[in-house]
Amino acid sequence: MSRLSRLRSLFILLVVLSSAGCAGSMGMHMSSNPPADLDYSATRTSDNGLFRATYTSATTPLAINELLTWTLHVETMEGAPVEGAIIGVSGDMPEHGHGMPTQPQVTAELGGGDYRVEGMQFQMGGWWIVIFAIDAGGVQDTVTFNLKL
Amino acid sequence: MRHRRLFAHWIGGLGWRRWLVGALAIGLLAACTAGLGDGGWRAEELSVLRTLALDTLKPLPPDPSNAAADDPAAAGLGARIFFDTRFSGNGAVACASCHMPERHFTDGRPFGVGVDVIPLNAMTLVGAAYSSWQTWNGKADSQWAQALLPLENALEHGGDRTFYAHLIAEHYANEYTALFGALPELGDVARFPRHAGPVEDAAARAAWEQMDFADQNAVNQVFANLGKVLAAYERTLLPRPARFDRYVASLDDAGRSQGEPILSADEIAGLRIFIGKGRCTECHNGPRFTNDAFHNTAIPGAPDIPLQRGRIDGAALVQNDIFNCLGPYSDAMPAECTALRFMVAEGDTLLGSMKTPTLRNVAKTGPYMHTGQLATLADVVAHYNGGGYALQGHNELTQLNLTTQETRQLEAFLRTLTEEAEN
Repeated sequence: MSRLSRLRSLFILLVVLSSAGCAGSMGMHMSSNPPADLDYSATRTSDNGLFRATYTSATTPLAINELLTWTLHVETMEGAPVEGAIIGVSGDMPEHGHGMPTQPQVTAELGGGDYRVEGMQFQMGGWWIVIFAIDAGGVQDTVTFNLKL
Repeated sequence: MRHRRLFAHWIGGLGWRRWLVGALAIGLLAACTAGLGDGGWRAEELSVLRTLALDTLKPLPPDPSNAAADDPAAAGLGARIFFDTRFSGNGAVACASCHMPERHFTDGRPFGVGVDVIPLNAMTLVGAAYSSWQTWNGKADSQWAQALLPLENALEHGGDRTFYAHLIAEHYANEYTALFGALPELGDVARFPRHAGPVEDAAARAAWEQMDFADQNAVNQVFANLGKVLAAYERTLLPRPARFDRYVASLDDAGRSQGEPILSADEIAGLRIFIGKGRCTECHNGPRFTNDAFHNTAIPGAPDIPLQRGRIDGAALVQNDIFNCLGPYSDAMPAECTALRFMVAEGDTLLGSMKTPTLRNVAKTGPYMHTGQLATLADVVAHYNGGGYALQGHNELTQLNLTTQETRQLEAFLRTLTEEAEN
C-alpha cells in the first residue's frame, strides 16, 4: 500500500469516525426516538379511509406549556365538508405512557366542515400523537396526527 | 501528546498536499469534538438552552378571576397581611412563617410548621403566579383560592373566615374599603360571630351553620378578597436571573461562550446531561424549569406520614372549591376559566402525581419533594438516576445509569440556577 493510499484510508476513517461520533452524540441527546418514517403532515386520511382531516393551529410554531386552540377541518374523501359531526379528541406520548395535562374538547362547529378545538396542551417536547374520533351521522372513524415538539 | 508528535512527524514526511488533507481531517475531528466538550453547543442544543433562559419568560398572564390581581394598592395590603401573625389562631403564624423571603419563600424544613406541624413541604412562591394550579396536588386553581386554604386549615393558620373578616375590620378597614367597598356589619356579633367557618373546630363550624345564608355570603366575599390581596402581593414575586442565564446570554450563534468563563467545565457537562440523557427537560422545561403539570416520579413515602395520593385528590378538591374560577367569588367569565374547563379530572396517571416544582433557586430551597423526603440535591439526583419504585400509580421514571461523575456534574449545574445576587 502506497503512502498516498494509506493517507486516503486514514482520511476516510477520520471522516467516518468523526461523523459517527457527532451522530451518535446527537442521538444520545434525543430523549425520544419515534419511527423514522412518521408522517407529520397536518392533513391526514382517517384510519379506515372514510374522512380526510386537516388541523391548523392558532399558535405557530406549536409551543409547549400553553393552552392551544386548533381548527379541525373534516371532509369526505371526495372533498365535501362533513358537518354536524361529534368529535372527541385526545393526545398521547407513545413513548411515555401518558397524555396531555389537559382534556381538550371540540367547543364549536364553525361551518364548512370546520370545528374549533380548545384546551390542547403539550407539557414536554418530543413525539406526540393527537387522535380525533369522528362520528358523522353514524359513520365513525379516527384520524391520528403526529407532532414533533 | 505523544500521539500528536508521532502524527506530525508522519504527516511531515508527506509533502504539502498530503499535509493539507491531513490537516483537514484533524480540523473536522476537532470541530466535532469541540461540540462535545466544554461549551460548544449545536444548533438544536442552543435552541433548547435559550428556551430555558429567563429572558424568554413571557409577561405574567392576567388572572381574570382576581380583579385586584394587578392593583398595586392590593399588593401593598397583601404584603402587610402576608407578614402579619395576627392572621392565625394562635397569633404567631403568618404566611411568611413557611414562605420566608430570605429562603426564596420556602422554609428550609421538610414540613411546614404553623400552629402545628403540617405534613407538607412549603413550595416556593417565586414565579408561582404563572402556574394554573397551586400546591403540590393542584387543589387550587389560583393564588387567591390557594391562600385561603392554609388560613382555615387547623394545622396551618388555624383560624376561620369570620375571625379574619373581623381582623380586617379592626386593622385594615380603610385599605380594604378603598379597594372593595364597605365591609359587612361585623359589629353585630350575633350575626357575625367572632369565630365561624366551615372548619375542623366544632364550635366555629356550628356557629357558621347557624348564620344566615346572606351573611355567610358576605363573609365569604371578604374572605375571598383577603385571598385576592395576598395573591396580588404574591404575583410580584418573580424569578431573577441566575448565573445560568448569564451563561446562555453569552453564547453566540455558533453556541460558544464569549469572554470570561461563566460556568465551569463540570457545570457545563451537567447542563449537557440536564438537557440530554438526564431527560430532566421533559418536565423541568421553559424559563421557570417546570411544565406545571403533575407527574408520578416514584417519590418514596415519609415516615409516619400517610401516603399522599397527589393529583387524584387535588383534582376533586379544586372542582368542588367554591373559591375556584367558576365559583361565585371569582371575577372571571366562565369561558376564561380555561384551566378548569379543560382539566383532566380522572384517570390512572393522576394517582401519586405531584406538580413539577420550579428548579430556579433549587440549591437554596431544600429539603425536596412534597414531604421533604429527600434532604439534599445529591439525594434528588440519585433518586432520578435510579428510577425508583412507585408505591402507588404509574412510575414515569426510567433508570438513567449516570456515572458518579455525571451525577456530580448534574448537581453542579443545578447550583447555577440560584439568583445571581446569592450565587
